[in-house]
Amino acid sequence: MSEHGPKVHDPKKYWLDDPKNVRKVIIALFVVCAGLFVADAFYHKHPHFEAEEWFGFYAIYGFVMCVGLVLAAKLMRVFLMRDEEYYDKNE
Amino acid sequence: MSSLNPGLILVIGAVLVPLLPQTLRRWYLLALPIIGFIQVHTLADGTSVTMDMLGMTLEVLRVDGLSRVWGYIFNIAAFLSMLFAWHDKDLMQQVSAPIYAGAAIGAVFAGDLVTLFVYWELTAISSVFLIWASRTERAYKTGMRYLLIQVGSGVILLAGVLLWYAKTGSIDFGKIGIGTLAGNLIFIAFGIKCAFPLLHNWLQDAYPEATVTGTVVLSAFTTKLAVYALARGFAGTEVLIYVGATMTAFPIFYAVIENDLRRVLAYSLNNQLGFMVVGIGIGTELSLNGTASHAFSHILYKALLFMSMGAVLYRTGTCKGSELGGLYKSMPWTTGFCIVGAASISAFPLFSGFVSKSMIMTAAAADHRWFVWGVLLFASAGVFHHSGIKIPYFAFFAHDSGKRVKEAPWNMLLAMAITAFLCIFIGVYPKALYDILPFPVDYVPYTTAHVITQLQLLMFSALAFTVLMLYKIYPPELKSTNLDTDWIYRKLLPCVLGWLGKVIRKTDRMIREEALSVLGDLTAMIERQHGDGAPISKTMQAGTMALIVLSILFLFLIVTLIA
Repeated sequence: MSEHGPKVHDPKKYWLDDPKNVRKVIIALFVVCAGLFVADAFYHKHPHFEAEEWFGFYAIYGFVMCVGLVLAAKLMRVFLMRDEEYYDKNE
Repeated sequence: MSSLNPGLILVIGAVLVPLLPQTLRRWYLLALPIIGFIQVHTLADGTSVTMDMLGMTLEVLRVDGLSRVWGYIFNIAAFLSMLFAWHDKDLMQQVSAPIYAGAAIGAVFAGDLVTLFVYWELTAISSVFLIWASRTERAYKTGMRYLLIQVGSGVILLAGVLLWYAKTGSIDFGKIGIGTLAGNLIFIAFGIKCAFPLLHNWLQDAYPEATVTGTVVLSAFTTKLAVYALARGFAGTEVLIYVGATMTAFPIFYAVIENDLRRVLAYSLNNQLGFMVVGIGIGTELSLNGTASHAFSHILYKALLFMSMGAVLYRTGTCKGSELGGLYKSMPWTTGFCIVGAASISAFPLFSGFVSKSMIMTAAAADHRWFVWGVLLFASAGVFHHSGIKIPYFAFFAHDSGKRVKEAPWNMLLAMAITAFLCIFIGVYPKALYDILPFPVDYVPYTTAHVITQLQLLMFSALAFTVLMLYKIYPPELKSTNLDTDWIYRKLLPCVLGWLGKVIRKTDRMIREEALSVLGDLTAMIERQHGDGAPISKTMQAGTMALIVLSILFLFLIVTLIA
C-alpha cells in the first residue's frame, strides 16, 4: 500500500459541506422525478405487458421495489449478520 | 501466425516476463494484449486448426462470431488491467495475470472439449496467485478455498467430457444440452464458474481478498468465460432462464447490507451474470446478442468499478463503507470515473449498460415471460440502488471520514479514463458494439419510451434511496460479516466434523476403557486361581501327590474296563 491517509483537519469548505446545498440536490431530484412521472402522459407506449400501460408504472415499480429491497435486506441482517472476525475465530 | 490461438500469445508471452528488466516488463505486458487483439482481428471467421493427439483430433483454434466477441473484450480487459497495474512490481502477479487472461482467451477459441478443459484448469491455477499475492494468512486460506472449487469445476468438466465422448464419440464443443449425465456434469462445471445460485459463493469470498490490481483482472475473465461456455453449449436451455433470474435478484439483498465495497461489487457482478444467463436460456438471436453485448459492456464497467475501489483501497488502505466517506474531496477524478461505471452498470441512457441489458429485457418480454421480466426489472432497479448509488455514495460522499489522501497514481487514472471512455462510447454509439455481435442486430435502444421508462425506474430508485436515508431507515454501513453459502463449508462442515471427531474419540475411549476393565477382571481372576497361595499354585506334600496320581490311575482303569 502507498501512504495511507491520515485524518487531517481540512480547512477547505466544499460545496456539498453546506447542508443548504445538499437540500438543493435533494429538491432537484424531487423535481426531476415529478417531471418524469408527468412525462408518462406525453409519449406513445408500445408495451409488451398490460402493466406497462399503467400510468407511471416504471416509476412506482422502481420506488416500491427499492423500498422493499432495503427493508427485506435490513430484516436479513437480523439472521445473517455476525461480527467481522466471525470466520477468523476458529478457522 | 494465422493458425495461432490468440490466447497463447499471452500464455507463452508470460513465461518470458521474469527474464526482462522491470522497466521493459511493463511495456512488454502492455504489448501482449495488443498483439493478442490484432491476432483476434486478423483471424477470419471459420478458421479451424486441428491437431492429432493420442488418437483424438483436437481443434485447438476455432473462430466464429461468438468467440470473436469474447476474444476482443478479453484482450481489451487484459490491456486495461495491465495498465492499471503498471506501478506494481510484483513478479508473481506480472506472470500469473497474463497466463490467466491468456488461458481464458485460449478457452474461448477452443473448438473441442478437451482443449477447453486444459485452458479451463489453467485459468483456475493461474488466477489463484492473484489472491495469494495479497500475502496475508487470510488471503492464503481464501485462495485455498477458491482453488478447491475452481479445480473441482474442472474435474467435473473432465468427467462430463469423458462420458460425453463415450456416448457420442465426439469431443466437439458445440451444443450439448442437459438431460444426460454427461451433459448435466458439464452444465454443473460451467455453472460453478458462472456462480449459479448456491454455487456462487467462491466469487464473493475470493475476489475481495485479491490484491488491488488482482481483483480487476479476476473480475473480467472466469465468470465471463463460463457465460461464453454456457452460450456455446446450452443456449435455449429453459432452466437457465430461472437460474439466471434468481441470480439477478438474490445477490442484491446481500449487496445492500455488505460493508466491504469490493464485496458489494462481487455481489453485483453475480447479479449482472444473471442477466446474461437469462439471455442464454431464452436462446433467441436477440437474447444471445444481448448476452454477448452485455458481457462486453459488463466487463468494462465492472472493471472500472473495481478499479475505482482498488484505487481507494490503494490510497486509504481500506475498502469498508463504514470507514470511508468524503473522498471526493481528495480523489475527484476517481470519483468521476466511479460514477461513470455506476451509471453504466445502472443502464442510464448514454451509458453502455443501457444499450446491452435492454436487449435481454426485450427478449424476455418478447417471449411473454412476464414474471421473469418483472424480476429482471426489479433487479435493474436494485442494481442501481446498490452499485449505482451505494458504492459512490459511501466511498466518496456520505459522512466525511476525514481521510485526505493523494489522488490515484497516473496509470490508474489513465486506465480508468480509457475504460470510462469506452463505457460512454458504447452507450452513445452502440453500433460499434452491435456490429461485432454473433447475429445481425435488429434492435433500436434509443426510443422515447425506452429512455423515459428507464429514467423513471432509475430516478425513482434514487428517490427511494434518498427518502430512506432522510428518514434514517436505510441500514447503516456496519463492520460485519454476513452469512452466505460459504457458511456451510467454513462453519457448519468444520463444526459437524469436529462434533463427529468428538463422538468418535469418546466412543473409542469408552470401548478401550471397557476392554481394559475386562482384561483387569481376567487378570484378577487368574491371580486368584494361580497367584501365591491360590488353589492351583499351592505346594503339596509328596503323599498327597501320590494319592492323587493313584486316584487318576484307578479312574483310568475303571474307564478302560467299562469301555
